[in-house]
Amino acid sequence: MDIYVCIKRVADTSEVDIEIDRTGLALTEDDFSYDINEWDNFAVEAALQLKEEHGGKVTALTVGIEDDEEVLRRALAMGCDEALHLSDPCFEGSDAWGIAQILSAALKGKPLDLLLFGTVSADEGAGQTGGFVAGLLDLPMVSLATSLKVNGSIATVSHEVEGGLERVRELDLPAVVTVQTGINEPRYVSIRGIRKVSGIEIPVSGVGDLGLDPNQVGASGARVKLEELFLPPQGQSAQMLEGSDDEIIDKLLDLLQENGGL
Amino acid sequence: MKFELDKAQKDIQKAAKRFAKGEFDKELALELETTHTYPMDIWRKACEEGFIGLHFPDQYGGSDFGQLENVLVLEQFCQRDSGIGAAMLTAPFACEIILHHGTDEQKEKYLNQVTSGEAISAGAFTEPAHGSDITSMATTAVKDGDEWLINGVKTFITNAGICGFYVLLVQTDAEAGHKGQSMFIVDADAPGIDVASVGEKMGLKMIPTGEVSFKDVRVPASSLLGVENKGFYQVLQFFDESRLGVAAQALGTAQGAFDRAVEYVKGREQFGQKIGKFQALQHKIAEMATQLELARLITYKAAWLADNKKPDAKLSAMAKYYAGKIASEVASESMQLLGGYGYITEFEVERFYRDARITEIYEGTREIQKNIIAGHVLGRF
Ligand SMILES: Cc1cc2nc3c(=O)[nH]c(=O)nc-3n(C[C@H](O)[C@H](O)[C@H](O)COP(=O)(O)OP(=O)(O)OC[C@H]3O[C@@H](n4cnc5c(N)ncnc54)[C@H](O)[C@@H]3O)c2cc1C
Repeated sequence: MDIYVCIKRVADTSEVDIEIDRTGLALTEDDFSYDINEWDNFAVEAALQLKEEHGGKVTALTVGIEDDEEVLRRALAMGCDEALHLSDPCFEGSDAWGIAQILSAALKGKPLDLLLFGTVSADEGAGQTGGFVAGLLDLPMVSLATSLKVNGSIATVSHEVEGGLERVRELDLPAVVTVQTGINEPRYVSIRGIRKVSGIEIPVSGVGDLGLDPNQVGASGARVKLEELFLPPQGQSAQMLEGSDDEIIDKLLDLLQENGGL
Repeated sequence: MKFELDKAQKDIQKAAKRFAKGEFDKELALELETTHTYPMDIWRKACEEGFIGLHFPDQYGGSDFGQLENVLVLEQFCQRDSGIGAAMLTAPFACEIILHHGTDEQKEKYLNQVTSGEAISAGAFTEPAHGSDITSMATTAVKDGDEWLINGVKTFITNAGICGFYVLLVQTDAEAGHKGQSMFIVDADAPGIDVASVGEKMGLKMIPTGEVSFKDVRVPASSLLGVENKGFYQVLQFFDESRLGVAAQALGTAQGAFDRAVEYVKGREQFGQKIGKFQALQHKIAEMATQLELARLITYKAAWLADNKKPDAKLSAMAKYYAGKIASEVASESMQLLGGYGYITEFEVERFYRDARITEIYEGTREIQKNIIAGHVLGRF
């Protein structure tokens, strides 16, 4: 099986206070540490488990700047066989559509059985890239996968649908699946894995190698523009009701009535 | 001059952080601490992932990395949990002596045991009457045909009773002082070995510390580690290296306490504002952040020198001395920043404080480090 998995490096904002920088369009990144997008980590694990079961090869791809290579090394250290770094100054500022074009240009013509993505990325939260790539490559797709099995040329995927229901779909391979967190238990990156990949040069492809028009991608090709970035205003702090129990109950009922809660 | 970790080093730092986040659970740590239980399962997993002995060669289950990489891992581990982190530090204790002085058979047997999760090790140097001064030992090994007969008592031995083997320093020539000392590797189940507790201790409560007595313990000649009567020098060389690990333990423990305090002052309100807004506390935070940065720089540099074939005993002593000193200070001040909550176990910082203190005592007290540093600075005069 030839499995490709698209991954992204994102800022880990769980440990720092988020601040908007002077441009008003980006975050102050001084204190950020970066790591693989959590959803993508599950996608890599899913790919590796399928390889372990069926044999074949897993290739990890990312679009991004030089430093983003770290997530590819990480994927290799986990057990992916190959990695491809899609990097070019003119890719900067791409929206999801631009990223999808870059990825599909790199994937076109590759002997691909299964293409995996994380469902969304922690930074943008749009969840569009997988869908766009499936469209551009004309492949069937299921999103939000919570289980993924392959039998011959058919993938069986459970995925989340409205109301907390799960639906099971069968897909003819090749296909695209975007993976939900919790689908598996991603392995750790081992020290031996890191050693194994520490000398590896990861090939880089730029706009020319992919046969793309620079105007198609990057900021100039973006159809979605970021207008403003702001932290949501802090909500009013909780209102403490005082008095005896009966008084508090009366006040609460009044408040609920006033605000349409009853 | 380049102040940047290379790619693999950054990868290792992240891998260690993620492993610690995934495995070092706060509630579990509290339980292990109260029940005085060594984190065996975590240790085995850490072996599986290659964290233990990552600075050993590939053929002995390591990954051919160096002390700097080891330092990075230990720092992350102790930052997440000072107790479990310390247990991971001591799991392969004293094995560098086997690495540098052991025969191929010894390396094959013992190093593979500690990297594969089969055995933890122990290093037994201290005796009831010989602590900082190990220039003569009361424990002896006497040749008896093809064997050695070992007698004596070692105390304060980390991992006593749970280890697979002891790396032991003894007197083989009673007349020759430090020039008559040798080392042995002794399997823990050898007849004649007895382990007793040294009693309740302030910190490191997951790790046993015991008194180990050797009564007519017979070991084959092949148990001699390194060169006969050169044991003292082998141990001193080892301490130059092992102090890097203690410095990393100190650094991580201090950082862990500090992180918790920083988090706390941003949330806690008194006198109508977050306590982190009080400049008196801000200055404390600034001082601690600076101390941490200095300890990190000196520790990384000492480890880097060791890895680049320029081991520097003075710098290694400085790193251990300084990181240990600031660990005690930073952990204590961090506790202070939490007020009463700092004194409560649930908030973790008091444990970091208790665990920090040992870094100024074991593997050469703070005073002994200063003796070493001063000795290098002053030379013979
Ligand atoms: C939890 C724990 C774990 C340990 N693990 C191990 C282990 O695994 N293996 C092992 O072999 N040992 C271990 N030790 C022992 C430890 O290394 C010794 O306790 C330490 O070296 C000090 O020796 P001592 O306790 O005999 O103190 P002493 O040497 O008696 O020192 C008492 C005081 O005098 C000071 N002092 C001594 N000499 C001088 C001097 N020349 N100049 C100035 N001041 C001096 C010391 O700094 C100290 O403040 C451990 C100890 C503890 C508490």
